[in-house]
Amino acid sequence: MSTTPAPLRLILGDDEFLSARAVSSAIRAAKAADPGADIREFDAGDLVSGALAEAVSPSLFGGQRLLVLRAGQDAKKDLITVLLAYAKAPDPEVSLVVAHAGGAKGKALSDGLRAAGAEIIPAAKITKARERTAFVRDEIRRLGGSCSEDTADALISAVGNDLRELSAACSQLVTDTGGKITIEVVQRYYRGRAEVSGFTVADAAVIGDVPGALEALRWALAVGVDPVPIADALADGVRSVARVAGTTGSGYQLASSLGMPPWKVERAQRQARGWTPEGLVTAMHAAAEVNAAVKGGAEDRAYALERAVLAVARARRGNR
Amino acid sequence: MTVFDELAGQRAAVEVLQKAAGAAAAIVRGDQVPAGAMTHAWLFTGPPGSGRSMAARAFAAALQCVNGGCGTCAACHTTLGGTHADVRFVVPDGLSIAVSEMRALVLRAASSPTQGRWQVLLVEDADRLTEAAGNALLKAIEEPPPRTVFLLCTPSTHPEDVSVTIRSRCRVVSLTTPSAAAIAGVLVARDGASEADAAWAAAAAQGHVGRARKLARDPASRDRRQAVLGIPRKLTSISAAFDAAAMLISSAEEEAAASVSEVSAKEKAELETALGAGGTGKGAAAAARGTAGILKDLERKQKSRATRAQRDALDRALMDLAGLYRDVLAFTLKSGTAPVHADVAEMTRAAAAKWTPESALRRLEAVLACREAIDANVKPKIAVEAMMLSLWQG
Ligand SMILES: [Zn+2]
Repeated sequence: MSTTPAPLRLILGDDEFLSARAVSSAIRAAKAADPGADIREFDAGDLVSGALAEAVSPSLFGGQRLLVLRAGQDAKKDLITVLLAYAKAPDPEVSLVVAHAGGAKGKALSDGLRAAGAEIIPAAKITKARERTAFVRDEIRRLGGSCSEDTADALISAVGNDLRELSAACSQLVTDTGGKITIEVVQRYYRGRAEVSGFTVADAAVIGDVPGALEALRWALAVGVDPVPIADALADGVRSVARVAGTTGSGYQLASSLGMPPWKVERAQRQARGWTPEGLVTAMHAAAEVNAAVKGGAEDRAYALERAVLAVARARRGNR
Repeated sequence: MTVFDELAGQRAAVEVLQKAAGAAAAIVRGDQVPAGAMTHAWLFTGPPGSGRSMAARAFAAALQCVNGGCGTCAACHTTLGGTHADVRFVVPDGLSIAVSEMRALVLRAASSPTQGRWQVLLVEDADRLTEAAGNALLKAIEEPPPRTVFLLCTPSTHPEDVSVTIRSRCRVVSLTTPSAAAIAGVLVARDGASEADAAWAAAAAQGHVGRARKLARDPASRDRRQAVLGIPRKLTSISAAFDAAAMLISSAEEEAAASVSEVSAKEKAELETALGAGGTGKGAAAAARGTAGILKDLERKQKSRATRAQRDALDRALMDLAGLYRDVLAFTLKSGTAPVHADVAEMTRAAAAKWTPESALRRLEAVLACREAIDANVKPKIAVEAMMLSLWQG
């Protein structure tokens, strides 16, 4: 898709996340259209009019050029004059992108660019709930997925109002679900989000539920659960199963001899189906290995945990 | 008799130290000595149990004693007992030595000796110095006051144990793993153990002098060793493997508690007395406010010492276990080497009749891997459980 970008674009609004994202998407598009594109970025407050004149003057060698001016509201008077003069007859080989906070400051520039026919990219802070809902739906659509208004609202109530986090959540959901995002998916992802812990991960891993364990692991890490207790919980999960494996009797009968509370004994007994002694040995070794990895032995602790979760789940019979 | 008698099988090192002590005495008398005859900084290296700190202490005593380390005078006694006014010990309680502690000690070591001979700063486990603490020490070593001697102990001169710069300033005394015969000799001569007990303890301790001494005279540590050696027979199921792991961990905890609780309680009582806890009158309230913080510091220090004691105890147990599988391996290979645990040779021989050399080796490796894992900070309980499962699986 090599549509020529508009020669003049104005990113208008005071939301830093939206503004920064519009700038980087303009840069990405320019690079995609022409890997050798000449891309120059300036802070409007630092740029003197002479330098601007030089930046927009035709290149000797031709080729596309992208000029990004951040914080346009800080531009000095003579810079605005030069900019607006240029805007009247823009060079077709140069694409000018100006980010502007949209307030009263430097209004002459935003008004002038608008009058000159610049394409307006809105980046104002979102304050209304309806706009936020629209943002989420647009976001998911942009990533190739779809979701209803209700679903978008559910996501917002789970994640909060921060656009950056919402955007990250949208991209995670689209990646993990393939794009069909329903209210059930959102609820499953965010149910008791704060309570997602190492134990959730371990419980899923020891019953061989790989997708469930990996999902819980990712969320636990995403909400900032420390990898060390996750690794400990994984070992605890395997240990509990190993201790009850082959035992019969109620939780109460076994609790004291195993040194575990009755509910834990009973849960572990349910989880113990499908485990062989050899599988438990393998799983315990995986748990010990990741215990070292999360304490600084491994470069990527999240990856080490994923591998351990997989190893534990696969050690269970029939999970290969 | 000399203070060096306790050093089992370290003749070469003792010779060097006695010579230097002689030169040091000459300096104290005001005689000229050849350059390098006495050195201000010493590094004692050797495997655990070879007696690094014992050698350093003996050398300190030889420096303070007018008879070059007779082992009987007050200077010798107080130095060896840790109460000599001019010998300061840095014994790391925790897993590392803090810079604040080191600065204070270095400062005191720079003062002139009260008894007219030498100021000695002895750092046991200098490999546990933090980088900052090492730098504080290095500064002092680089410009030593005329009558100050630094004695550092580390397992080796490897840069992981001691910084290259510190190493370059020190004269190295390397101790070797003493033979069982040398250890037994010391147990008989110094501790009055019977020949048979001494020989048994020396073999069981695998070259570790302190451990041999403990086995020879402490029944509780003999019992703990028996329990450890009984482990292989108990590994009959997964569940039993977890039980054995729990037993090993709790026994290490008990041993550690026994070794530190007494001194910890004493320390706390002393500190409380020094701080005037329970005092009344002017300033008592103000003192109480600061007191809480100081007590908390002490508690933190004691906790970290307890952790370290647990690790040490667990490591000894793992070494006993490793020795056991080594014996089985040696029997399966019919190598004819003397067993580490001669007293349970019947059991190890029986195991050797059932196992292949490969499976004995796998078990030995599982024990060594467990030690490494604990070194790499794996939770001891988890590492030991994984090991027990391997031992069960074979
Ligand atoms: Zn003496």
